[in-house]
Amino acid sequence: MSLNLVVLALLMAAVTYPSRALPMLVPGIERLPARASEYLRLVGPSVLGALAAVNVMIVVDAAGRPNFHVGIEWPAVLLCVAIVVWRGILLGGLVAAVVLVAVARATGLA
Amino acid sequence: MTRPGPGVADRGPNILLGASRRRLVAESIGISLSAGAFGLVYGLACRGAGFSLIEALAMSVFVLAGSSQFAAVGLVMQGVAWPAIVLLTALLNARHVLYSASLAPWLVKRPWIERAAMAHTLTDETFALSSAHFIRIGRADVPGYWIASAFVVLPWISMTVVGLIGGQAIPDPTTFGLDIVFPAAMAGLAVALVHGRRELVAAIVGAAVAVSIGLATSPSVGIVVGGLLGPLAGMAIGPGPAEAGQDGAADERPNLPPRSDPAIGTTP
Repeated sequence: MSLNLVVLALLMAAVTYPSRALPMLVPGIERLPARASEYLRLVGPSVLGALAAVNVMIVVDAAGRPNFHVGIEWPAVLLCVAIVVWRGILLGGLVAAVVLVAVARATGLA
Repeated sequence: MTRPGPGVADRGPNILLGASRRRLVAESIGISLSAGAFGLVYGLACRGAGFSLIEALAMSVFVLAGSSQFAAVGLVMQGVAWPAIVLLTALLNARHVLYSASLAPWLVKRPWIERAAMAHTLTDETFALSSAHFIRIGRADVPGYWIASAFVVLPWISMTVVGLIGGQAIPDPTTFGLDIVFPAAMAGLAVALVHGRRELVAAIVGAAVAVSIGLATSPSVGIVVGGLLGPLAGMAIGPGPAEAGQDGAADERPNLPPRSDPAIGTTP
């Protein structure tokens, strides 16, 4: 059983815990500058958007070259997004996306 | 919001502790279902990325931050270097500073070691549940905080195991479309994070830059550059009408909690 990523988990925990603990443990640093706070607030949508786009739009070929990809994954992700916007249920969106991709692949459409 | 601090119990709402705890449990049950569902998806994503059970559990136990865990799975799959993953984790999870700062005045009289332990389980959901509970009773309630934490942490960790182990019965995840779970979850979480045009611009620019740079160099570089440049683009534009009154407010009003983050809040 691989344990390599346990070290990565510990490193991730090492940079996460201070943000959770420092204001509770050290008086006087409860507040961040507005610009820093705003930047950090926007990191979430930016990183998640980047991850989604790269995972859907880029495939790496056997030679290791990244290529632009168009496939059933696009409408599947859009369907998930639409359900999240419409109903606010991410799990429902994920199920719908999985079903769409599975059906498309099973029927040879993708 | 009632400003917490010494003496607040004397002027805060006089709600019985038991009644508030029962309400806390009722609120926590719904969140626990969500945490469990996402823990299951996270376990499946870990399986798809080739994580071992110990590795997946280490992430859920030590990091305990769903969005950065999901991001880490994708980054590991893309072969991103560890320092970049750690940097993005720090940025993604830095929002906890705001939660911690908001709860700090309530807990200032608690023992240092107790606060240090509580900090580890300070997630979006724990913050939301416990701060509402504290305000209802007008003081800190450490057992109440642990109740909220348990309803978030235990389903997350246990369902991580179920997703990873249960997923092993599935011969080829792509046959069943499970490879779409990760990008769809990222997109859904990103959409749910958008409350104004700054977040929208950050998400779109982050995605566009990531794909552009990813095609020119490698996907991993694209993700990192997009993730870092997107917020700058969001900050470069003015806030929308709905945001104008809130812009920077959390920093100007002491002890006011930050705007909640419902998308990231769907996972620990």
